[in-house]
Amino acid sequence: MSFSRRVWAIARKDLLAEWRDRESVTAMFYFAFLVLFLFSFALGADQALIRGASSGLLWLAFTFTSVLGLSRSVQGELENDCLDGLLLYPAQREAIYLGKLVGNFSSILVVELVILPIFAVLYNMDLWAQLPKLMVIAVPGTLGLAAAGTLLSTMTAGLRAREAMLPFLLFPVTIPLLLAAVRGTEVVLHGEPFELAVPWLKLMAAFDIVVLVVSLMTFEYLVEE
Amino acid sequence: MVSAGRGGAPVLPAIEVRRLVKWYGGQPALRGIDLAVAPEEILALFGSNGAGKTTLLRILAGRVRPTGGTVQVAGHMLDRDGNEVRRALGVLAHGHQLYEALTARENLAYAAAMLGLDRPSERVAQALSRVGLESAADSGVRTFSSGMKRRLALAKLMLREPKVILLDEPFASLDLQATKVLEEFLMASKAAGACTILATHNLTMGYGVADRVAILRQGRLVFDGRREETSLDAFRALFALHGEREEGG
Amino acid sequence: MTGRGVERALGLLAALGLLIGLYAGFLYAPPDGVQGEVQRIMYLHVPLILVSYLAFFIVFVASILYLWRRRDRADAIAHSSAEIGVLFTALAIAAGSIWGRPTWGTWWTWDARLTTTTILLLIFIGYLMLRALVDDHSRGAVFSAVLAIIGFLDIPIIHMSVVWWRTLHQPPSILRPGPSTVAPEMQVALYTNLAAWLFLYGYFLAKRLRLEEARWELNRLRMENLG
Repeated sequence: MSFSRRVWAIARKDLLAEWRDRESVTAMFYFAFLVLFLFSFALGADQALIRGASSGLLWLAFTFTSVLGLSRSVQGELENDCLDGLLLYPAQREAIYLGKLVGNFSSILVVELVILPIFAVLYNMDLWAQLPKLMVIAVPGTLGLAAAGTLLSTMTAGLRAREAMLPFLLFPVTIPLLLAAVRGTEVVLHGEPFELAVPWLKLMAAFDIVVLVVSLMTFEYLVEE
Repeated sequence: MVSAGRGGAPVLPAIEVRRLVKWYGGQPALRGIDLAVAPEEILALFGSNGAGKTTLLRILAGRVRPTGGTVQVAGHMLDRDGNEVRRALGVLAHGHQLYEALTARENLAYAAAMLGLDRPSERVAQALSRVGLESAADSGVRTFSSGMKRRLALAKLMLREPKVILLDEPFASLDLQATKVLEEFLMASKAAGACTILATHNLTMGYGVADRVAILRQGRLVFDGRREETSLDAFRALFALHGEREEGG
Repeated sequence: MTGRGVERALGLLAALGLLIGLYAGFLYAPPDGVQGEVQRIMYLHVPLILVSYLAFFIVFVASILYLWRRRDRADAIAHSSAEIGVLFTALAIAAGSIWGRPTWGTWWTWDARLTTTTILLLIFIGYLMLRALVDDHSRGAVFSAVLAIIGFLDIPIIHMSVVWWRTLHQPPSILRPGPSTVAPEMQVALYTNLAAWLFLYGYFLAKRLRLEEARWELNRLRMENLG
């Protein structure tokens, strides 16, 4: 009982602090928007090219933006020694990981939801009818990013080259997730039969499970000094 | 090491450290510390920067793993029962560990949830009034002065009702009100049976609240004695002898 | 057998094996029917890749052991094996690239296996960078152990995703890096080189471990003297 109470307390605190400033989600939103905008611009008027690349670009934007969000989340704990404070509570370390995970996952998902209509406009896509199916793809994808990202951002938090290290470690590890999310999104956006997306969903599920299990088992070692 | 309690019966130490060693890479930070602190004892630990005070406190808090030696806090071995130790512990560190984007009340409510307290809102309100922050309870911590932040950090500490209290430079950035609140807290905790270690440069203030005074120098305990057996002047001389410079007044 | 003795033996076997392997690869084995002489690079490429996979597997196992038991030796093995693995993988990719230029007409291609191997290389370069950047040694060891475990378990998932992705977007490559015919002399050449590179891996590992042991001894002496 107290385990889940702590998980929600951490997630709630993260989201509340974020809501007060809205600094992080704003930055994340602008960054995703810029990525989509610049690419749309760069690909020029070739509509076929844009349609072909759109799912990939969307997930590229989401991935870059996740890194931003993850870094800032850890940054928030490093200020004023809050992370030390967090670790001094008699809380199971797994609860801390899950709490941070829920917080990160929610922020990234919120940004994705806001970006989708912008994406629809910039890339001339009709998303509204497809939204539920898109969510089916986006949720496990985002969960995987948040799970691996929470683990890795905890590692890179104190490092000198922090900004560069997080993406350098996160991207290779999450490539299968990205490929699955892109292909799944493509299936939905191109109106292909949904069964084609199912193997990719299974892949994402496999990834998510592996990352979650390993993270839960090893997080306590990561945070003790 | 066992000391006599009030009834004369032996009392188990609240903190027991044996042959504690800590090396950072090739550098020694603590070179074999033996220390025992009894409940209701306030130990003031003096030493310059780099002497090892913060390292010692961080090891006692379970944040740093020792290279060698054993540490027992509140009857639990540190390497085995981490959460049990944390339940008994209360720490006031350099950074105030407060979330500036949240209000004072929200910070304390979060702490209460993480501590698993019953009747959290009641306890939060109590802690706020004990430190004199009821009127500022719903203001963002960002707007607080450093003295107010320290008081809030103290309120967070009070929520824990700790048996073992670790304070690192508690007299730094305190205004008059905060100092008073801190002293009251130390006395109240002592009466409730808690033991306290406070690490500081501030000779006068540290000496003023302590039952016991010790000096840490380059990772070794070079002096450890009862306050009533050492006058302030004698202690000052000792302090200077060990090449330490005092602060505050 | 002492540590030094094992190391010397491995070194000798490696040197011998490489010489024999060189002979077998260049002179003993016949040129490939389709690819010609350039196929001989495979006697370098394939052993390098296989030993790399072994090296990374050992990093994985040693990392688990380290997290579980906190034995410094396990960590030293993990670190050393990762270094050798990264080196061998980079060499393997380079060799494959040299092979690819005359064979496929290109230095690089997004072939599934090559892509997966490159990602593997990136993950373990990240492992080494992480170790280098973390100041506190045991913390760095814990971090990289976790990274190694996730990275290694990720490999099959990465491979599946890349294979599926490729079959969607391009027809599978017709030519794959590997011996296209299995003449017995070619097998001999392959296995001799494989053995040689295995011994070389063992030799490097042993030597590196000895270096770590010397470092521990140095620290221990320091602690005794200054502590």
